[in-house]
Amino acid sequence: MAYLDYQVAQTPAGWRKILYLNWPLVFLLSAVACYGFVMLYSVAGGDTDIWAKPQMYRYVVGLVAMIALAFVPMWFWRGVSVFGYVLCLLLLIAVELIGDIGMGAQRWIDIGPVQLQPSELMKVALVLVLAAYYDWLDVKKTSHPLWVLVPVILILTPTGLVLMQPDLGTSIMLITGGAIVMFAAGVSLWYFAAVILLAVALVTTVLESRDTEWQLLKDYQYRRIDTFLDPSVDPLGAGYNITQAQIALGSGGWSGRGFMQGTQSRLNFLPEKHTDFIFTVLAEEFGFVGAGSLLVLYTLIIGFCLFSALGNRDRFGSLLTIGIGGTFFVYFAINMGMVMGMLPVVGSPLPLVSYGGTAMMILMLGFGMVQSAHVHKPR
Amino acid sequence: MKKSPREVMESSRMLGRRGLMLGGVQLGIAMALGLRLRTMQLEHADEYRMLSDGNSIKIRLLPPARGLIHDRTGAVIAGNEQNYRVTLTREEAGGDVEAVLRHLSRLIPINDARMAELLDEFSRRSAITPIVLADRLSWEQFSSIAVNAPALPGVTPESGLSRVYPRSHDLAHVLGYVGPVSDYDLSKIENPDPVLMLPEFQLGKVGVEAKMETELRGTAGERRVEVNSAGREMRELSRKEGQQGATVQLTIDAGLQNYAAQRMGTESAAAVVLDVQTGEVLCSCSTPSFDPNKFVRGISGPDYRSLMEHNHRPLADKTVQGVYPPGSTFKLVTLMAGLEAGVINGGSSFYCPGYVEVGGRRFHCWRRGGHGQMDAIQSLEQSCDVYYYELAQRVGIDRIAEMARKLGIGVRHDLPMSAIAQGIAPDRAWKRERYDQEWQIGDSLNASIGQGFVLASPMQLAVMTARVASGRLISPRLVRAIDGVPQLSEEFPDLGFDPRNLQQVRAGMDAVMNSARGTARSSRIIAEEWRMAGKTGTSQVRNITAAERARGVVSNEQLPWERRDHALFVCFAPYEQPRFAVSVVVEHGGGGSTVAAPIARDILLYALAGGLPPLDSVPEAQRAEMEARHKMMKLYTPEPPKSGRSSQA
Repeated sequence: MAYLDYQVAQTPAGWRKILYLNWPLVFLLSAVACYGFVMLYSVAGGDTDIWAKPQMYRYVVGLVAMIALAFVPMWFWRGVSVFGYVLCLLLLIAVELIGDIGMGAQRWIDIGPVQLQPSELMKVALVLVLAAYYDWLDVKKTSHPLWVLVPVILILTPTGLVLMQPDLGTSIMLITGGAIVMFAAGVSLWYFAAVILLAVALVTTVLESRDTEWQLLKDYQYRRIDTFLDPSVDPLGAGYNITQAQIALGSGGWSGRGFMQGTQSRLNFLPEKHTDFIFTVLAEEFGFVGAGSLLVLYTLIIGFCLFSALGNRDRFGSLLTIGIGGTFFVYFAINMGMVMGMLPVVGSPLPLVSYGGTAMMILMLGFGMVQSAHVHKPR
Repeated sequence: MKKSPREVMESSRMLGRRGLMLGGVQLGIAMALGLRLRTMQLEHADEYRMLSDGNSIKIRLLPPARGLIHDRTGAVIAGNEQNYRVTLTREEAGGDVEAVLRHLSRLIPINDARMAELLDEFSRRSAITPIVLADRLSWEQFSSIAVNAPALPGVTPESGLSRVYPRSHDLAHVLGYVGPVSDYDLSKIENPDPVLMLPEFQLGKVGVEAKMETELRGTAGERRVEVNSAGREMRELSRKEGQQGATVQLTIDAGLQNYAAQRMGTESAAAVVLDVQTGEVLCSCSTPSFDPNKFVRGISGPDYRSLMEHNHRPLADKTVQGVYPPGSTFKLVTLMAGLEAGVINGGSSFYCPGYVEVGGRRFHCWRRGGHGQMDAIQSLEQSCDVYYYELAQRVGIDRIAEMARKLGIGVRHDLPMSAIAQGIAPDRAWKRERYDQEWQIGDSLNASIGQGFVLASPMQLAVMTARVASGRLISPRLVRAIDGVPQLSEEFPDLGFDPRNLQQVRAGMDAVMNSARGTARSSRIIAEEWRMAGKTGTSQVRNITAAERARGVVSNEQLPWERRDHALFVCFAPYEQPRFAVSVVVEHGGGGSTVAAPIARDILLYALAGGLPPLDSVPEAQRAEMEARHKMMKLYTPEPPKSGRSSQA
C-alpha cells in the first residue's frame, strides 16, 4: 500500500491518537514491568537504589517513548525500515571491529555516554525490514524460491554477525523472529519443513564438530549443551547454575516462601539473579501463583498483539505487530524454558522484568511501533 | 504497484490463517511452560524444598558446659573458666592475612615462628574456616582486640569455657584431666557423639574425668543457621542451648587431701583414707604430683619429658596403680586366716629362735636374736616373722590367699580411677598358671610376711584395714552424689568372721601402737577417744644374699634410693568404734614404723579432728616438731559455693 492508500481522513490525528492506543497492551506491559520492580527490590535485599529505581526510570522513559512512537505515522516506519536495517548491520560490523570485550563476547559499542547493543536493535530492525519487504512483495511471489532467498539473506546476515560475537541467544531470536514474519506472510510450509530438517542436520553437525579442528562453537557453549542435557553430571560445576535455579523454582510451591524470604536467592545460591535468573526468584518467593500469573500476563500480551494484527488490514502493520509480538514471545519462552531446564542456558533475559537498559528500551521501541500500527490501522 | 482489492483480501485471509496458526503454536508453548511450572512447583515442591533447605540450613553444635566436680564438702575441684581467644577467617580478612596478623601482633605477642606457622595453616585451610590465633588471652588483651576490631578485618574475639582444676596438684591423680579428642579416642568409641568432632572440644583422658565422661559431658545444644552458597553463616534460625553435664560430688575431702599431700612432702608416697563404715574414699593422695591444668592447656614438650623421666613417677597414681609387697602389714591376713581356719586360737603360741629351717633353707626373723615365746597378739605387736612362718606351714597358702581376697587384696576394686592394679594374692593355682611351677613351701613362708609374690596397692591395704576394723565387706567408693542424687550404696554385708578372731587381730593392732613393746608406739595417739590401732610394714625390694647377711645387713641409708626398702603402715581409729582406716606407702622410704607410721597417724588425726591435728593428741616429745611442720604448711580449707550450680569456678 502506498501512502495514498491510507485513508488519512479516517485515521485519528493529533492528540486524538492517544484515545486509539492499544490501552490493554499498555496496562499489561506496565503490570509485567511492576513484577520486575518488585523482584529487583527483593534480590537487592530490600534496596531500591541498586536495581529497582534505575529500572523504574527506564521503564517510564520507555513508556513515554512508546507512546511518542505510537504518534509517528505508520508509513514513516515503512520508509525508514531499509535504512534502519542497513544502519544496524553496519553497527554490527562495527562491533566486530571496535566493540569492547564484555563477558567473553563482543556485544557492546560505546557511543558517548551510552553503550549500544546493535544486536538488540537488530531484533526490531529485522522485523521491520521483513514486514516492509512482504508488504512490497507481490503476494503471489511469496513462495517463489528467489523471493524467499531475499528474506533468508536478510535474516542470516545479521545472525551470522551476531553468532561471531558470539551470542547464541540473540542468534536464535533473530532467526525465530524472522521466521515468524515469513510464516505470517504466507511462505509455503514446505520451506519451514525443509529448514527444520536442515536445522536438525546442522545441530548434529555442530555436535559432531566438537573437539575437531573445525569446531563450530566455543567450548563454553558446548559445556552449556552438556549441562542442559544432564545438569546432574556436574552439579557443582557447569550444572550448578541450572540445578540451583531449579531448586529455587521448585521449592516455591503453590504460594512461595514469601516476599524477600527466598533462601536460594537470598543466600546467593542463584547466579545472575537480577538478570537471566530473575524468574526463579519470583517462582521461589511467590510460588506458582506469582510465576504462573506472570506467564498469563505474557500470554495476554502476545494475544493482544495477535488480536491487533488480525484486525489490521494494513499488511505492513499487521506483519510488524506479529513480528514484534513473536520476538517478545521467543524472548520469554527461551528464558523460562532455560530456567526450567527445558532449554539449554543460552543467556537471555526475561523481557521487561530482568534488569537491563538496552533490552527494555528496544522492546518499548518495538511496542511503540506495534501501537503505531494499532493507531494508524485502516478503519 | 497498485494491488487489486481481491489480492488484498486474499493476502489478508492468508495472514489471518497464518496468524491464528502462529497464535496456536505460541499458546501451545505457553501451556507447555505452564505445565512444566506446575509439575515443578506443585507436584515436586516437597523434593525441591528439601534440597533447598539442605542447601541453606546447617546445624551447628553448641558444646555443652562440662559438669562440675565437687569434693564432699561441695567445694569445686574441677570447674570451667572463661577462655578468651581470637580467631581469624581468611575470607573476611580481605585477602591479606599477613597484614592483619602484623597489625594484631601489636596487641598480642605473635613471634615470627608462630606467624609462619599460622600463615602456613591459612594456606592449607579453607578460606571460611576460622583459625585460632591465640588462646587464653587476658581480659585486657581480649578487650583491646575487641576495641580494635574495625582495624582487624576477619578477626573475631571469642569466649568459650575451658576446664580448670583449682586444686591443681592435690587432686591431679583422682580427677585426671581433659584434653583434645584424638583419633585414637574416637577409634575406641562406638558411635561417637558428634560433639566430639568439634575442633575445640575436650574429653576426659584419665581419672574421674575419663571414667565419668558420660555423666560429665552433658548434651550438646544446637544452632540452626542459614548459610550462603560459600558456607558462611548469614543468620541464626534457632538456638537450643546444651545441657550442662552432671555435677559429680566425690567422697574426697579436699582439705584432707591437701594436708596429706603436704605431709608426704617430696617423698614418693601414697596415702589412702577410707571411711570404715561407708567405704568412702576421703583421701587418695599420690606424691609427687603434677599440674593437670598444664595438660588442659597443652603441656610443653620439656615439661612432659621432665614428668616422664622423674624417677618418682609423678604421673602415676600410686594409690591404685602402684603395687608393693605389703610386708608385715600382710600379717593381718595370715593371722586372720590362721584364726578362721582354727589352726590357732588366741592362746596358741610359737617359739621364735630368730629363724626357722624349712626344706633345707633358713628363714630369718627380722630380729636376729629371736622373740622367744609369742602368742597371736604379741606376734603382731612385735611383728615376729617366725610366728608367721610357723603359721603359714599349718594354714597353707590357699587359705591365706583366700583370706587375702576376702580382705580385698588381689581383687580389683571398682572405682572410677584409671589403670587400677589388681595386685596379687598368690596361691598354688596362680603360680602354676603364671610360672608353670609347683608351689614351694618357701613361697608360703615368704607370702606369710607379705614378701615374695604378694603385691598390694595402698588402696587395697586401706580396704583390708577397713574390713578388719569393721568386720564388713567394705568396698571403696569415690562418687558421693551425681546431680545431688546420693550414690553411696546401702550397708555392706558382714564378712562372716568369728567376732572373737577379729577382736584378736584388732587387739594385736592396738598393741602395735599402744603397748610398751609395740613397733609403732612412737606414733601413737594419746587422746583416748581417738585411740589408734595399726600395723607397720617394711618390704624389701631386693634379695639379701647370704654374703650380705654374713657381712651384716646393710642399712638403708647406704643404699641407692631405688634399692631401699618400702615403708608401709596401715591403721584405723578410734579403736573402739572405728571411723577411718588409713594406709600409707612410702616408696623406698625405709622402715614402716619410722617413716610411714608418723605420716599415717597425722593424716588420721586430721581426718578425726576435721582439721589440723591438735598438738595435745600426740606424745609430748613430738609436739614441737609437729607445730613447726604445721607452720610450714600452706593449708587449704574447702569453701563450698554459696549457690548450687554455676559454670564458673
